[in-house]
Amino acid sequence: MFDPDGPYRLSPNVSLRPERFGALAYHFGTRKLSFMKTPQLVEIVRELTRHPSARSAVSHLSGAEQTSYLKALASLAHAGMIVPA
Amino acid sequence: MNAPLKTSTANTSEVLPLVEQFKYGLDSPICLTWEWTYACNLSCAHCLSASGRRDPDELSTDEIKAVIDELERMQVFYVNVGGGEPTVRPDFWELVAYAVEHNVGIKFSTNGYRIDEEHARWLAATDYVDVQISLDGATPEVNDAVRGPGSYDTAMAAMANLYAAGMRGFKISVVMTSQNIDQLDEFKRIADGFEAQLRITRLRPSGRGADVWDELHPSAEQQWTIYRWLLDHGDEVLTGDSFFHLNALGSEPLPGLNLCGAGRVVCLIDPVGDVYACPFAIHDAFHGGNVREAGFGAVWWDSELFNELRQPQTGGACLSCSAYDACQGGCMAAKFFTGLPLDGPDPECVKGHGEAALAEVDAERTPRPAQDHSKPSAKQQQVLLGLPALRRPDRACDESPLAGMT
Ligand code: SF4
Ligand code: SF4
Repeated sequence: MFDPDGPYRLSPNVSLRPERFGALAYHFGTRKLSFMKTPQLVEIVRELTRHPSARSAVSHLSGAEQTSYLKALASLAHAGMIVPA
Repeated sequence: MNAPLKTSTANTSEVLPLVEQFKYGLDSPICLTWEWTYACNLSCAHCLSASGRRDPDELSTDEIKAVIDELERMQVFYVNVGGGEPTVRPDFWELVAYAVEHNVGIKFSTNGYRIDEEHARWLAATDYVDVQISLDGATPEVNDAVRGPGSYDTAMAAMANLYAAGMRGFKISVVMTSQNIDQLDEFKRIADGFEAQLRITRLRPSGRGADVWDELHPSAEQQWTIYRWLLDHGDEVLTGDSFFHLNALGSEPLPGLNLCGAGRVVCLIDPVGDVYACPFAIHDAFHGGNVREAGFGAVWWDSELFNELRQPQTGGACLSCSAYDACQGGCMAAKFFTGLPLDGPDPECVKGHGEAALAEVDAERTPRPAQDHSKPSAKQQQVLLGLPALRRPDRACDESPLAGMT
């Protein structure tokens, strides 16, 4: 379960490959790909460890954006791309 | 061809859908097929790469390792290794081990020939390796008519070895033909029995597939069968980019990669290092370069052809079709090798436009693949199928320049 108030980080099994739309994340354990469809999402994921919670990592965004990026983080957590820190 | 396994998307509302992003190409391919040899112990009637005999100019062990190093730097996370039968290379296991040590996962396609108990145990114990066993009939009769006598038993024995070694979720890959479409449930049962993952793909008129395509490609009615079966089971099987042309049959898009990714996300390196936009497109028209010149990246990033493929494509005759958004005009390779224009309908267009267009094509003028390593026995395979041994007039260019040397 994704907890927006918990701390997260990129899974150690995951590599990020920059792409023009954002990045491609590959999980070497599950062999799954995820697509991070904006550069901003990539930035947020890279900065996760500097924040006490996922919510704090998106706090600089507007309300609507916060909701949509938290949703994106939830789906990355669901795919095991980001894990509780 | 081989699309990424299962993908998930971290989406936000205002960005382009993934399919649109893919059209401009990726920094590195995600569906890279790499054929390690043209040699094969079998002579399947529909072989997409017209394999059989080794080419004396195939990449050496060191050359393959150098490309693996480059793929690691390019963050190509996995490749689909095929052939020919890749396991006949004496350095096959060494190369697989080298790749996974360098964070390049390997999924290799095999007819099962070398998957004995010992290799099955090694595979089960090695991370980042996946195996795909080819099977084109759920019964020996149907399978062996296309793949050759004994090939069903070989494949089943390989699967039993993998299962006994504890390997789970390996792939069973089936090319759908007019002969095996009514066996779909049976294939699923076989896969479930081995706790394996069923993968079904489209027969394309590539390599020797061109010679048997008329007889083996599904009828319009059989396309409906595939479409309906996929609506029911699509989430349990892999299809790559095989069936997006069937999306024009209904309003519900099938799971899978719904566009032609050739040169955008899909690519082939052949055994002699030639780079083509797609494994089903071994022809000069889709040749981007050779890894021996300046490596793979130089071709992927800079080849004129690949950059052209990443430009918006015109829909041609398909543009007026109401189903174009769903079907995208189908498979480039299928059009090319049946002699149809690339911006028109797929030969298996579900609206019947392909069939009409095919009627205008002079069969003797359709393009032939750039490489043909067929053994003489490949012709016998067609006889097994009940096909005339020669479907096309022999021409000088049909003969590999290397004939007799291997
Ligand atoms: S030409 Fe395009 S659709 Fe056809 S097999 Fe290749 S990548 Fe797939
Ligand atoms: S006309 Fe073109 S877009 Fe329409 S269904 Fe046929 S192949 Fe697809």
